[in-house]
Amino acid sequence: MSTSVSMASVRQPAAPAPSKQERSGARAPWPLLLPALLLFIAVVVVPLAMTVLLSFHNWGQYTGIQFVITLKNWQEIWSDPYFYEMFARTFRIAGLATIIAAVFGAPEAYILNRMRAPWKGFFLLIILGPLLISVVARTLGWALLFGGNNGLVNKALMTIGLIDAPIPFMFTETGVVIALAHVMMPFMVLSVWAALQRVDPQIENAALSLGAGPMTIMRRIILPQIMPGVLSGGIIVFALSASAFATPSIIGGRRLKVAATLAYDEFLNTLNWPLGAAVAVLLLVALVLIIVGSNALIERRYSEVFR
Amino acid sequence: MSFLELNGVCKRFGDHVAVEDINLSVTKGEFISLLGPSGCGKTTTLQMIAGFVDPSAGAICLNGRDLGSVKPSKRGLGIVFQSYALFPHMTAAENIAFGLEMRGVPRAERELRVRDALVMVGLDGYADRHPRRMSGGQQQRVALARALVIKPDVLLLDEPLSNLDAKLREDMQIELRQIQRSIGTTTVLVTHDQTEAMALSDRIVVMSKGRIEQIGTPHETYEKPASAFVSQFLGKTNEFPGEVDRHAASPRLVAGSCHWPAPAGVTGPVTVTVRPEKVGFGGETHNGLKARITNRIFQGNHWLFQCETECGPAIVVRQNTGEAQPTEGENVRLVWRAEDMGVRPRGAGR
Amino acid sequence: MSRNGSLALIFHTVFVIFMVAPIVVVCLVAFTPEGYLSLPTNGFSLRWFRTIADYPEFINAFWVSLWIGAVSSVIALLFAVPAALAIARHQFRGREALSALFLSPLMIPHVVLGIAFLRFFTQTGLSGTFVALLISHVIVVFPFALRLTLAAATGMDRSVEMAAVSLGANSWTLFRRVTLPLILPGVVSGWALAFIQSFDEVTMTVFLAAPGIETLPVRMFLYIQDNIDPLVTSVSASVIVITMLALILLDRFYGLERVLAGHSDRGR
Ligand SMILES: Nc1ncnc2c1ncn2[C@@H]1O[C@H](COP(=O)(O)OP(=O)(O)OP(=O)(O)O)[C@@H](O)[C@H]1O
Ligand SMILES: [Mg+2]
Repeated sequence: MSTSVSMASVRQPAAPAPSKQERSGARAPWPLLLPALLLFIAVVVVPLAMTVLLSFHNWGQYTGIQFVITLKNWQEIWSDPYFYEMFARTFRIAGLATIIAAVFGAPEAYILNRMRAPWKGFFLLIILGPLLISVVARTLGWALLFGGNNGLVNKALMTIGLIDAPIPFMFTETGVVIALAHVMMPFMVLSVWAALQRVDPQIENAALSLGAGPMTIMRRIILPQIMPGVLSGGIIVFALSASAFATPSIIGGRRLKVAATLAYDEFLNTLNWPLGAAVAVLLLVALVLIIVGSNALIERRYSEVFR
Repeated sequence: MSFLELNGVCKRFGDHVAVEDINLSVTKGEFISLLGPSGCGKTTTLQMIAGFVDPSAGAICLNGRDLGSVKPSKRGLGIVFQSYALFPHMTAAENIAFGLEMRGVPRAERELRVRDALVMVGLDGYADRHPRRMSGGQQQRVALARALVIKPDVLLLDEPLSNLDAKLREDMQIELRQIQRSIGTTTVLVTHDQTEAMALSDRIVVMSKGRIEQIGTPHETYEKPASAFVSQFLGKTNEFPGEVDRHAASPRLVAGSCHWPAPAGVTGPVTVTVRPEKVGFGGETHNGLKARITNRIFQGNHWLFQCETECGPAIVVRQNTGEAQPTEGENVRLVWRAEDMGVRPRGAGR
Repeated sequence: MSRNGSLALIFHTVFVIFMVAPIVVVCLVAFTPEGYLSLPTNGFSLRWFRTIADYPEFINAFWVSLWIGAVSSVIALLFAVPAALAIARHQFRGREALSALFLSPLMIPHVVLGIAFLRFFTQTGLSGTFVALLISHVIVVFPFALRLTLAAATGMDRSVEMAAVSLGANSWTLFRRVTLPLILPGVVSGWALAFIQSFDEVTMTVFLAAPGIETLPVRMFLYIQDNIDPLVTSVSASVIVITMLALILLDRFYGLERVLAGHSDRGR
């Protein structure tokens, strides 16, 4: 899986509308746009269309890809409980990772925001920096920490007496969820952090002066204002977790398949490209629906905060 | 003969009309101001002259040549923007030299002219400063020098002084006027500040809602406003309802309990206007509006009185000459000379 | 040190440990003197860093990553800068749709992109080539190049450009002497962010890699699939250190927050 994807772009218009001193005209400045547009049509639109088409092709062990139009792959995904199981696992893992990221990331962003000058910058670097470190290296770290039944995490937990017997992390959903939450955490912190930057720093003092206690301020003043940040961060984290590849592959191993790793398997091991394409297209469609849907919901609910 | 001419110029943005049927001719060397409230289309008009906005209709001619097909970069106009729009990555001298470079002026001459321009705006010694390290007034001067150094046919100024504090603004007004006089560049200034327009211009174009309300010298527009809008926009004005009675023995103008000989050309209900500084206080026997002083405010070189008259509220401004002035609550008569009074049919004028 | 209570500080400490633990562990294990995975309890050793030299495929993959990252970011910018200027400056029909298209590689899971590119390049006979890898990376980093350029272009005072035009500058001079210098910080950080994206990309690249033209993360991933040994930790540690250095430089010169703001797309 890659750290680069992010979904918030769905919500915002690409850029503020140009200033009013514009030489306005409804015709697009084609000379500037055409190179990029042609590039995208040739290397994004066409390949995606080919992939969708591929998912309707037939495949046989000995015949390879057959250029006929068939619903066979889609029927297989629809009827085989294996795929249902796999997609359920994918979204379950993504959902849990999102919840963990929100529950820990949001308070941390708040704490960070209250820190003073040198520390604030320092810890921001520490927490957001991993975003730029290769996801393979970060996941390798978790593999070392989990490392079988007597991994470091288990040793530490048993030493402080939190658990009696080692918990299996490697090759389990628990392990994948923890590692994914770690990989995605910076997105959540960043998102909540951005929301906090829009909060008037005097607002807590205003609430204090009106007689509100710390808990009331948190619940009535701060939380409502950072909620849009938590939710849009949640969308990013969910979408990225659901399409994650490297982390589930390394921590989950060969047996614990999620959508991305299954598609990879179909393509590079089984060589059943049409079926792999169908899984990938289904993942894409499901994610787009979830993102667009929840964006619309958040937008409606928090329209006044976003404005 | 007019030098810069706008003929029936219109600009629509979608179905919003920003500028409607502007006709204006500016003679060579003239300093003209476009004056009007925010959003009345001043900037749009200026940008059409500059070529950054294409008119929806009408034509703009410079020196007899239609500018319609001339690109902004070829119009040879000097522009000073409200934000100054200095190139932040170039020094003051580089900023000023830019236009000369574009004209292919050789380096030696360029340096000479840049130095002269800096001296002209009083910034010699600032050649190598970057705009970010200059004060607002200094940046403003660089912008002016940059526009003037190319010897433009017309200088266009879009609220060039609005970012400066009051004191500096006054100084720059005087300086701007001096520089413009000495080099004689035809200048169009956009402003919403009426004192600025009066202080600087040969003629003022008063605009409202995309239309021209009046064109005239500062004195004309102030003393003989063509419409209610102009008289209200240029300084404060008292307005009273009145009536021209042509059936009486001698035709006369009545407002409240006073009357004057009827002015020519109007009849029926009218609005009487008079500037606050033209109003004086008279005794019970004078031909004046009955009034009571509700507020007396001392403002240094003058007094400001708010009065409740028999025809509605009014304000009076009196020079502080040291004479005794009426006090709050006093009953007075407001008097003025008939020639200081404006009369227009009621409901006329936008 | 802050206005946080002690409970908050305990939470913060645990959180920071959680965030850095896997990274620190990788770096520590890389220094083990033993022949197997273990913490360096009996002194530090550089033996596993020296061993990297015996595996030319890692060195080679590193150079491929560097090249792909640098070149694809430049190519992406060549396409993105004009597009960003058009989108920032002009109001036209389909503007929203077009920018959505240009940002779509952010929306599409990389596994889907990988599959689409694999299919596309196989059909066009380019599969397994350096060119295919390069083109696919141009697409993946394009949104980052676009966003940061777009932010710089929209933040720019338009009247500065009008001033240049009124002084007689033609389109090319305008771009070279005024527009480009003013958006340069955005363009440079767009390049840096695009480079990092390309350098870290693994999910899509794993579909396109072929022996000899695989990037470092892909080589590491494929190696880990077979077995985890101290060698891959020392490679990872090197990558982490290089990234950290780049990060600190970027923070010094540009501000990490600004770069990351572009990263997560939070433009507002
Ligand atoms: N590009 C545009 N698109 C739509 N409407 C515009 C555009 N440019 C200007 N307008 C509208 O045209 C009208 C005139 O604008 P203009 O900028 O000329 O006003 P102005 O007199 O310069 O005001 P101000 O004193 O505030 O600068 C305004 O109502 C403005 O909203
Ligand atoms: Mg204006």
